Amino acid sequence: MFRYLPLIIKNSLRNRRRSILTVGSMAVSLCLLGTLMAMYHALFMGEPTPAQALRLVCRNRVSLTQPIPIYFRDKIQRIPGVREVMVWQWFGGVYKDNRDPKNAFPRFAAEPDRLFKVHGEFQMPEDQKLAFQRERTGCVVSQELADKQNFKIGDRIHLVGDYLPVNLDLKVVGIFDEPEKMAVLYFSREYLKEALGPQSSRQDLVGAFQIQADSAADVPRIADTIDREFDNSPFPTRTESEKAFQLSFASFLGNLKLFIMAICGAVTFTILLVSGNTISMAVRERIGEVGILKTLGFTPGAILGIVLGEAAVISLIGGLIGAVLASGMCNMVSHSPGANFMAGLRTLAITPPIGLLCLAVALLIGIASSFIPAWGASRTSILDSLRYTG
Amino acid sequence: MAIPLSYNLRNLVVRKTTTIMTALGIALTVAVLLAVLALVDGLKNAFQSTGNPQQILVLRQGSNAELNSGITREQFQDIKSLAGIARENGEPMASLEMMTVINLPSVDSPDGMNVNLRGILPLGIRMRDGLKLQAGRWFETGKLEVVVGKSIAKRYPGAQMSKKLRFGRGEWEVVGVMDGGQSAVNSEIFGDLNAVSAGFNRPDGLSSVLVRATDAATVPALINSLNDDRRLGVAAQTEKAYYEAQTNSAAPLQFLGIFIAIIMAVGSSFAAMNTMYAAVARRAREIGTLRVLGFSRGSILFSFFLESLLLAVVGGVLGCLLALPLDNFTTGVGSFVTFSEIAFNFHVSPEIMLTGIIFALVMGALGGLFPARMAAKKEILVALRDI
Repeated sequence: MFRYLPLIIKNSLRNRRRSILTVGSMAVSLCLLGTLMAMYHALFMGEPTPAQALRLVCRNRVSLTQPIPIYFRDKIQRIPGVREVMVWQWFGGVYKDNRDPKNAFPRFAAEPDRLFKVHGEFQMPEDQKLAFQRERTGCVVSQELADKQNFKIGDRIHLVGDYLPVNLDLKVVGIFDEPEKMAVLYFSREYLKEALGPQSSRQDLVGAFQIQADSAADVPRIADTIDREFDNSPFPTRTESEKAFQLSFASFLGNLKLFIMAICGAVTFTILLVSGNTISMAVRERIGEVGILKTLGFTPGAILGIVLGEAAVISLIGGLIGAVLASGMCNMVSHSPGANFMAGLRTLAITPPIGLLCLAVALLIGIASSFIPAWGASRTSILDSLRYTG
Repeated sequence: MAIPLSYNLRNLVVRKTTTIMTALGIALTVAVLLAVLALVDGLKNAFQSTGNPQQILVLRQGSNAELNSGITREQFQDIKSLAGIARENGEPMASLEMMTVINLPSVDSPDGMNVNLRGILPLGIRMRDGLKLQAGRWFETGKLEVVVGKSIAKRYPGAQMSKKLRFGRGEWEVVGVMDGGQSAVNSEIFGDLNAVSAGFNRPDGLSSVLVRATDAATVPALINSLNDDRRLGVAAQTEKAYYEAQTNSAAPLQFLGIFIAIIMAVGSSFAAMNTMYAAVARRAREIGTLRVLGFSRGSILFSFFLESLLLAVVGGVLGCLLALPLDNFTTGVGSFVTFSEIAFNFHVSPEIMLTGIIFALVMGALGGLFPARMAAKKEILVALRDI
């Protein structure tokens, strides 16, 4: 078939405008398809990182907004296979002005002495870790957040509480590197407790626990043991791997899986229509030529190959441009403020397998949509095709 | 003189494969846009039909949702004594309520979705106009009984009549299903205020007060006196404003959907352009003949442009037909205000369908303009000689 490559290329350049339009419409569609596939992969198929695979989140079964008592910690700590248990409390609140989505980064109360054990992937200099443990009102921010808000060590951050009725005055004492590139802030739970005051009913309640297991294999067993342990307490829990926890958070925005699948389906079908249409136009236009080619001795197989080849060339170029556009789009998505609330989106990118998948889809669509016209062309008898006037 | 429309129609029919394929491409694009708009419209409907403009929702200062608000019984007594509150049998129409979320397994997510649970007194139920029972009866005071909204009954297999729900401290029997028209109440569960607050160990940690003003004119004054009272420490707004603000929860999906529809539209108008260029190329001789017959360049331009629009309208109508089955399809979306799921129906309204057709026309216009210009520019002799 490669023998005919020059002919195939000449053919696809013949009606340049049409080829460009087809490549263009394939490229935008594949850009969309590629981005959605990358999203789907990041959200639903992404493998947990080694550090993440060891972590579980234990929360109130009723909902994330319902607290659980702090004394659960000791019971969880005693379960074999549990290495570390840390309080993990969503604070919410308002920083400056909520209308700017940049200011809506997540803020958690945690325990400074355990944060960097449970999150082994966070990298921060030792002296900053010590400062975080020493300073009551200290907080640490991820590099991503520090870059975006221009936070430096020593900066003051004022948070106005919403569901927790307290205001906090925090001081940045450390900036840590986080591989997921999430913009996030942690401060000390002790400070929160103090600010809430001794009368607060929240004194002995926490939002959730992050648990680190000894090995990833232990995770399901630990989750099960914890939930059974508290099943009959006034605070039944739900414990799941961190990955599952993040997914349940994503599903909150509606049925994302179905949404992405439906759009992928619609996009694929549209490209199929578009390219099928163009290719059959191209074939119809040159049925007369097919007759001449056949007279010159080209076999039906060769003609089939030439027509299919043209479709493949055009769709591959479209797919390639689409994949490049998609990686730009992924870059945009990963920098949008919304990405901060869905794990995986921060590092959204067209990975080589997804890029290849994009090209494969393009090729498949090109061949599928050209097969019928190509088959028809290769079958037309010489006389019929020479007589054909279009 | 204009070229008759039937010329264009016949042309579209003659090239039916191409017409259908191009129109289908446009139709799918329109359908995606319509699905998103119908979703957003349905959600807006649910919120905008909730709340009475004459009623005021009182929350703790600084909180933006019932869920993270806190009102004590003492505050409630003070609020009740304010002037400007309507009365029913001599009692002020102020309803103390408690809101929390519980987790129920739903059809879509067996792991459970969050649902609003509201502790309420009989007065509060009476203050919700248009709320009626669809089945069963209201809960009895002090008992572990609940009434579920009709969307909840539809979406949650566990929340059926006479089934038991486990939350708080015990098991609650579903004794009724309520119908709040289009409002957000359909996605809530109601139980007796005192039973619910005891069940969650929050006897004095209640959420909100709903107050009815004597008439529409006193609403602003009452809001002011609530907001200005420093001792109370509350923030008041009309019930309607509160719910309208929540339509934002559809914003991410709306943004994503429209973005996708626009990208697909670029692809589809390229396709339409291709089709029209092919049409122009194949009909070069026809164009020449038309010119010889005396049709002006302008009418050729107009005719081809119109043909592209016709093609797009076919696509637009097909797109509407594709999206129509979604109408009244129930789905749910999570709200970051209430941290719970609101069920609503897709709403494919005539306005939305019109938007879809206009969207299709824009695609047709973009796709048709350049080919039509090319057709109009053809020289008669060259066009006639063309094969």
